[in-house]
Amino acid sequence: MPSRAIPYLKAAVHVLCLLPFAYLLHLYRDGQLATFADPVSYITHFTGNWALWLLLVTLAVTPVRRIHRSLAWLIRFRRMIGLYCFFYATLHLATYVFLFSGYDTAGAIAGLRAGHLMAPWHQLVLIWPSMVDDAEKRRFIQVGLAAWLILLALAVTSPQRVLRAMGGKAWNRLHRLIYLAGFLAVIHYWWLVKTGVRTPWKDTAVLAVLLLWRVGLAVKKRLAARPKMSVVADV
Amino acid sequence: MLIRKRAEIASSEITPKETWRAYQMSRRRLLAGLGAVGAAAAVAGLPESAWGLDKLKTVPSSYNVTDRAVTPEAKAQSYNNFYEFGEEKDDPLHNAQKMRIRPWTVKIEGLVNKPQTLNIDDILNYRPIENRVYRFRCVEAWSMVIPWDGYPLSELIKFADPLPSAKYVQFISSDSGKGMTLPSGIEFPYSEGLRMDEAMHPLTLLTFGSYGEVLANQQGSPIRVIVPWKYGFKSAKSIVKIKFVDKQPHTTWNDMAPQEYGFYSNVNPTVDHPRWSQAHERLLNTDSIFPHVVPTLMFNGYSEVAPLYAGMDLRKNY
Repeated sequence: MPSRAIPYLKAAVHVLCLLPFAYLLHLYRDGQLATFADPVSYITHFTGNWALWLLLVTLAVTPVRRIHRSLAWLIRFRRMIGLYCFFYATLHLATYVFLFSGYDTAGAIAGLRAGHLMAPWHQLVLIWPSMVDDAEKRRFIQVGLAAWLILLALAVTSPQRVLRAMGGKAWNRLHRLIYLAGFLAVIHYWWLVKTGVRTPWKDTAVLAVLLLWRVGLAVKKRLAARPKMSVVADV
Repeated sequence: MLIRKRAEIASSEITPKETWRAYQMSRRRLLAGLGAVGAAAAVAGLPESAWGLDKLKTVPSSYNVTDRAVTPEAKAQSYNNFYEFGEEKDDPLHNAQKMRIRPWTVKIEGLVNKPQTLNIDDILNYRPIENRVYRFRCVEAWSMVIPWDGYPLSELIKFADPLPSAKYVQFISSDSGKGMTLPSGIEFPYSEGLRMDEAMHPLTLLTFGSYGEVLANQQGSPIRVIVPWKYGFKSAKSIVKIKFVDKQPHTTWNDMAPQEYGFYSNVNPTVDHPRWSQAHERLLNTDSIFPHVVPTLMFNGYSEVAPLYAGMDLRKNY
């Protein structure tokens, strides 16, 4: 891949990653979203799905580029895609806070319009106890929140400057937490669907393949790294 | 009682009707140009009559929810938990159109004086169809306000003439409808049940229609029950068998996850679902992306059923 094509490809990846968000915005602006039976549930699933799918794409970059040396340039898009995963995960969390938790968003907006600048904050204070209650009681929320916190840590440490400051080794170790985030995200999905519902199995299978590939690679490396004894001469 | 003459509802006539409905559905989807996601939205913009469902002749009822706006029909028809037709909320809308709802029979069996098989149209015409507006509360913490058309289940039970030993009524849903995907994680046929006094309560509605029209297939056509003070899954759809039994019958979701779905499953804001609070609900009756959150009412606001559970610990018998 000639390096001068990279900026164009990067622009293309930006556009691709923003397409789902643009689509959601379009649904909202032309009024379609409001006519959906349960807009809140739609937005929740939409943002959650895209966060998970982009996490899987991020994890797929390394295995795909290992297929052939000519694909090595793919690594230059991994951070971007990972950050978009964080973007959708954050939208997902914001959907929970502002639309799902019982937060009165319409009331907060009406308050702002009436000149009460603190209205959004007051609404948050009102609903905060029930959010804390959710976080304390509900396993699927706990694992979802944990996955988002990991993604937050990875997003914050993603700039080159931070990598250099941390040193490659420590940075790599931290960023391996993406495996845990993927695992937690899939658990979050299984725990929120009803018993007997198997919709998360496809995403789970993809994650399993991507993680097992890494386990295989690690085993192979370890075997290769074993000191070898060569026989000098047969007696 | 249909406006249409009964003789008109022959299988030869029904098929084109369904083809027409399927055609309408696919046409709307095409118009929306957005595939499955667009379907609900495209449908939402159309007047109610565009559903292509037969009108029912109904009589007014004193059971009416007047303090809440009725859910737009398009929302009620495109957001259905009907797992026989798929696991997503909009699966039934797309998959259930193929189901044939005539001929249809309902078997009455178990502890009755005379087990028999009834024709759907005879059941439909047995009593005047009342139009009742009920609150509908899903266990998933969303709710709607829906005008259902039917008559009290007690009428059919009296007709069925159960033996004194019959203590429960079990409803078995169809598992052989055309278009059913029957997801493998759930055991079908779907089974639900009520205690006899719950089944006999005047609120329990044997339902044939909604919004003044025959039930859309995705709503459990041609015959279902509506038990408005219980979570929605208690209201069995597309019933093919009603069985009178002396012991609490097994019920599908209770079998699957007893800690989440009790046999009674009365709407109760003080008993949380293990994964979410039941104290509030998203009332789906507005055209806004902002949720209309309202407090959940004990027995979904139908306090007249409270005597049925006198002396029972509803935290244990959730």
